[in-house]
Amino acid sequence: MSYTIDGKTGPWELVIGLEVHAQVISRAKLFSGAATVFGGAPNSQVSFIDAAFPGMLPVINRECVAQAVRTGLGLNAEIHLESRFDRKNYFYADLPAGYQISQYQHPIVGRGVIEIELADGEVRQIGITRLHLEQDAGKSLHDQHPTKSYIDLNRAGVALMEIVSEPDLRSPEEAGAYLRKLRTVLRYLGTCDGNMDEGSMRADVNVSVRKSGEPFRTRCEVKNVNSVRFVMQAIEAEARRQIAVWEEGGTVLQETRLFEPARGITRSMRNKEDAHDYRYFPDPDLLPLKLDPAWVEALRADLPELPDAKKQRFMAEYGLPAYDAGVLVAEQASADYFEAVARGREGRFAANWVIGDLFAALNRTGRTIETSPVAPGALGELLDLVADGTINGRIAKDVFEDMVESGEAPAEIVARKNLRQVTDTGAIESAVASVLAANADKVAEYKSGKEKLFGFFVGQVMKAMAGKGNPALVNDVLRRHLA
Amino acid sequence: MSLTDLTLARAREGLRKKEFSARELTEAHLAAIEALNPQLNAFVTVTHELAGAAADDADRALARGEGGALAGIPLAIKDLFCTEGVRTTAASRILENFVPPYESTVTAKLKASGAVFLGKTNLDEFAMGSSNMTSAFGAVTNPWQRGGDPAALVPGGSSGGSAASVAARLALAATGTDTGGSIRQPAAFCGIAGIKPTYGRCSRYGIIAFASSLDQAGPMARTVEDCAILLGAMAGFDPKDSTSADRPVPDFAAACGRGISGLRIGVPLEYAAPGVSGEIAALWERGRAWLRAAGAELVEISLPHTKQALPTYYIVAPAEASSNLARYDGVRFGRREEGGDLTELYEATRAAGFGDEVKRRILIGTYVLSAGYYDAYYLRAQKIRTLILRDFQRAFETCDAILTPTAPTAAFAQGEKMDDPVTMYLNDIYTVPASLAGLPAISVPAGLDPEGLPLGLQVIGRPFDEETVFAVADKIEKAAGFSALPALRAGA
Repeated sequence: MSYTIDGKTGPWELVIGLEVHAQVISRAKLFSGAATVFGGAPNSQVSFIDAAFPGMLPVINRECVAQAVRTGLGLNAEIHLESRFDRKNYFYADLPAGYQISQYQHPIVGRGVIEIELADGEVRQIGITRLHLEQDAGKSLHDQHPTKSYIDLNRAGVALMEIVSEPDLRSPEEAGAYLRKLRTVLRYLGTCDGNMDEGSMRADVNVSVRKSGEPFRTRCEVKNVNSVRFVMQAIEAEARRQIAVWEEGGTVLQETRLFEPARGITRSMRNKEDAHDYRYFPDPDLLPLKLDPAWVEALRADLPELPDAKKQRFMAEYGLPAYDAGVLVAEQASADYFEAVARGREGRFAANWVIGDLFAALNRTGRTIETSPVAPGALGELLDLVADGTINGRIAKDVFEDMVESGEAPAEIVARKNLRQVTDTGAIESAVASVLAANADKVAEYKSGKEKLFGFFVGQVMKAMAGKGNPALVNDVLRRHLA
Repeated sequence: MSLTDLTLARAREGLRKKEFSARELTEAHLAAIEALNPQLNAFVTVTHELAGAAADDADRALARGEGGALAGIPLAIKDLFCTEGVRTTAASRILENFVPPYESTVTAKLKASGAVFLGKTNLDEFAMGSSNMTSAFGAVTNPWQRGGDPAALVPGGSSGGSAASVAARLALAATGTDTGGSIRQPAAFCGIAGIKPTYGRCSRYGIIAFASSLDQAGPMARTVEDCAILLGAMAGFDPKDSTSADRPVPDFAAACGRGISGLRIGVPLEYAAPGVSGEIAALWERGRAWLRAAGAELVEISLPHTKQALPTYYIVAPAEASSNLARYDGVRFGRREEGGDLTELYEATRAAGFGDEVKRRILIGTYVLSAGYYDAYYLRAQKIRTLILRDFQRAFETCDAILTPTAPTAAFAQGEKMDDPVTMYLNDIYTVPASLAGLPAISVPAGLDPEGLPLGLQVIGRPFDEETVFAVADKIEKAAGFSALPALRAGA
């Protein structure tokens, strides 16, 4: 069932498109050699080009172009072998040249598509309109001085990819799934770290509402939303506002709005009348950007395996269910971890441990997969101890917790704590005998038909054996004694 | 002969043969500047000490039998080239005290070849003008005067300070920049030679931008050969300028000596439009006769979009300028006028920092790029620019170089043509088409008008064929035997 918001006049559909600004991972800026590392001292990573000194000229950074092409390829998009840079003119203190170099009419990447999966398992194709390269602006700091603003140009000139979706999204959930998927793809490609906290990925959200079957109504743009959660909240808040306007007989005006997370509302930033006239024109300092098809093909050949393909492979190669495969490929690091554990072992068994015990431990300890206290090799060894019967599954959980705490190898923990599984039938026989002797009443009940008590006996025997009994042997011996 | 009267080529020879030292040559020019600059206002900054030190370096290198192609040659540098540690103003209040922490590629190349910089020359503010009247540092006076009349004439623009300094023997040669005629028209007005090379031949890195798709650096000197020598040291690929051409620099000086027998010289019908004065028409006719006598074949050509060139130029150039000059906002460098908020800071800074002509062009440029006007002006101008380029491409199917006048008149008096900017813009009518097409074009002094003022002829060549341009210009120079001297000059 498609998502709608109920107003006084009935259900409304949402139409959503996203413009994502993704900071390109590159050592140097888009048109200068200055560094791009996050967190440098203010104005420590600024060249004369970035500061737009007289006579300074931009020269395109080949690596940024390669990153845009890789991203385009990863989004199944057409790569334009010729694109162009334009100037977007406006005055602001953190825009040194008085214009931003961007690609307005001829972007480097054209139409593409991204596949999203929703909670109910539905899969949707979301169109990408275009991807273009542009410069980031600097940062204005208004809270450093009572009357003055401070300007930090470290970010000025850093390469951004603006990735524009078609208005194909129909719910906050879809928008969230789209953003997460896009972020995953960018991270796999190594073209953007997708870090929304540090501002290296930001979204402008275009929202409109309509009654079922109608053409599009006027949209508003909610600018600069900086987390997936806020994007989803902003969409709902803006849609509800527009519905109210329409239902009160008003007209939604095309305008730019800001989302205020604290109040859960959007507010007007500027309307169409006082919108900037950016006076775009081709940047005469730069020639059209022409790509060699062979270079593009070489980049294509070097692309890593992307999440969709990896998911299919995990399902085929390791026999994982779609859900498990999806969870594992969401982050490249999780997928790599899983593969390191699963290689040469039983795939589903490995997946259960990674998704279950490992993820729980990471959550609990506040670690990430990259900083996991248990290396994939160690987890693999633990699984081997279970597989070869050295320990049983129950004990394995304890050993794993010990590994999280101590970082010790599983075999050492097993040896130190003497946790080897007991397969000596004599020991099991004697434990069974004493449990049954101590619970004569339960034995009588069992024999009179209360077969559920079998589990109780297993538990008692295992307890008597400090959990180390081989479960299969314990079962066999119990069954024989109770027969 | 005085040291200041030497050609660059002769001075180079004299230095090599130790007839005089670079120090002596430089001192002679500094003395000439001292004597005449108060009258001419050709230099806005004179770098006595740096010049002396550079001359001593050159003398040491020459003594070792070393030294680059221009070792010890005193040059004047248009104040649009950023020079590290030396104030660079673009003749604007907004950059009045700007000292660049970097060197333009062209001046860096000149320094590397041993040249001595005497100082920075005056120009129209941000190179916008054809009279040098728009400089924030005052007008430059043309060293030439109308027979017996001491009234100050303009040297042309925008490279007026460079042209005047070379003509008055304050420098052996100078750098200029040309956007729509800013080297060629002042060269013609001051009786010297000046070439705008093919767009992309010289790096624009470190040259304060006026209109990026048109701006080109070039040499100005008293002979065609001197221009060729100087261009050889200025030109070359620069990875710091994306529009610079990655191709070898030929031996331009050698090209001057090439014969032109059998060469086809195009004469564009459209340049003989009504309104061309009799003396310009006559000069042009003499030029044709000289080239015919040198063995060239004269062919009529048609450049049908010539009439649209000027309006096209006055859309494209201001459009780019309006954007290029946005960086002068008082925030990071240059002049700042405080204001209550950011908008006030911008308004106060730019109102105080820019002169009228610059403001006018920023307004025009902003207008032609605005929503609703872009298609009618900027886009259409770009289309006509393509047609103008095509005109030249077609013409060069039937000719090897094109001969035209450089400017419609000789130098005019300071204050003349100031009432209506359009009259002033008409000065560029013959120079602008080659600028829009990015073609190499030289102005050579070819004669005097009835009042004794110099007139120039222009030779336009195919892209990157400066060699043919130099060869043809050299023949005009030889035939014209231009030997008249300006009233104001060193030693006069």
